[in-house]
Amino acid sequence: MEQKTIYASDISEAVESLCVSAAFDLPEDVQASLERARQREASELGRWALDKIAANTTIAHEERMPLCQDTGLVLVFVELGQDVRIVDGRLDDAIQKGVAKAYKDAYLRKSLVDEPLFERVNTQDNTPAIIHYRVVAGNELKITLMPKGGGSENMSALAMLKPAQGIEAVKDFVYNTVVNAGGNPCPPTIVGVGIGGNSEYALELSKIALARPAGQSNPNEAYAELEKELLERINASGIGPQGFGGTTTALAVHIEYFPTHIAMLPVGVSLNCHVARHKQVVL
Amino acid sequence: MSDIIKLTEPFSPEAFSGLHMGDMVEITGTIYTARDAAHKRLIDALEARQGLPFEIAGSIIYYAGPSPAKPGSPIGSCGPTTSGRMDAYTPALLDAGLIGMVGKGPRSHEVIEAMKKHGAVYFAAVGGAAALTAQSIFEAEIVAYEDLGPEAIRRLKVINYPCMVAIDPSGHNIYEEGPRRFAQ
Repeated sequence: MEQKTIYASDISEAVESLCVSAAFDLPEDVQASLERARQREASELGRWALDKIAANTTIAHEERMPLCQDTGLVLVFVELGQDVRIVDGRLDDAIQKGVAKAYKDAYLRKSLVDEPLFERVNTQDNTPAIIHYRVVAGNELKITLMPKGGGSENMSALAMLKPAQGIEAVKDFVYNTVVNAGGNPCPPTIVGVGIGGNSEYALELSKIALARPAGQSNPNEAYAELEKELLERINASGIGPQGFGGTTTALAVHIEYFPTHIAMLPVGVSLNCHVARHKQVVL
Repeated sequence: MSDIIKLTEPFSPEAFSGLHMGDMVEITGTIYTARDAAHKRLIDALEARQGLPFEIAGSIIYYAGPSPAKPGSPIGSCGPTTSGRMDAYTPALLDAGLIGMVGKGPRSHEVIEAMKKHGAVYFAAVGGAAALTAQSIFEAEIVAYEDLGPEAIRRLKVINYPCMVAIDPSGHNIYEEGPRRFAQ
């Protein structure tokens, strides 16, 4: 494979533009999914909420305003082709620089504090982004960016189940996590589920699941079936849009799985609010 | 859906007494933004018997931390944040005279009991519809805790701010009763 040179400044620019677009432009897959929900929602208050959400999508796009004031903590998945050579700067710095510039110049909210416990002083530029790196074959650099708000992220959960508890315990844990979250994570949500790996990787998988286009099934048929079953059960809970009661609590359930230890059955759940921001670029 | 009820300043428990869970309302007047860090400071001030930076009696607090205003706009996007994080602070503020809250998501039993005692109302706005809600905010001015950035307390002038009565003064709670209606 021929080596490719990528300039750090081009990475910064790409990340900046992903941040801005994520804040203003709801992904089309999420828009389509919300529109389908609006057509079939049984609750009047639920439809009221979905109408407001649709109007908001248009205003944010046209006025170049953030869809949600919480423009999130920026989560970045990097797939770095091993034949890529980055010049004129470090990859990590380039990404952080792009985030900082976007949040300053596009009037996005700076929502990060420098340490969690004592002073909690705002970092003023919404950095640091949290970045996960994977080195892959090829000479491309793929960046997936998911700014995620605090309201939905606070509802994340992890269970280290016993293999003997099996599939029913997995279903109950996912269902209970969504139901206990109620109206807090801004439903209708997208439910990301990571099964397998270990504790931290199960949660990472649940985030990777959220990056998938809304409603795209897992290619494994058994897991796709489980996604469908969980979605039906979650939407029968009655929580509904914003927790007001209704038939749309989630737009989709996305499951990712990974090999795990003979003693383990880890399950991570992450909820994304209806402002399910995910943007991607390949350099 | 029932007609939209217009609520205009001055706000009072008497004016709120006819509101029922599920009513659609539009608020016009002055409301104050405050969220996590600002609430902590308000409670510290109450405990130290210091004055609060705005008149809490008869006021409405909006749980919100807006995105920065673009030049020429009074405010950036400004939707509600999760109200439950303020539950620990809310009964003391209701005792001090707060009568209305705008936010998103359920409240604790303690908050609802304090609301019933004081005839207060909890309004739900649509979380995540922040560019839309900013359209009903016409003035914004920081009145305290500027160092908190998005969490500073802001005095907002709103006109026809759309929301819904989520918990009414008698304690009827949409987050309990709504889902129960649709549970299959």
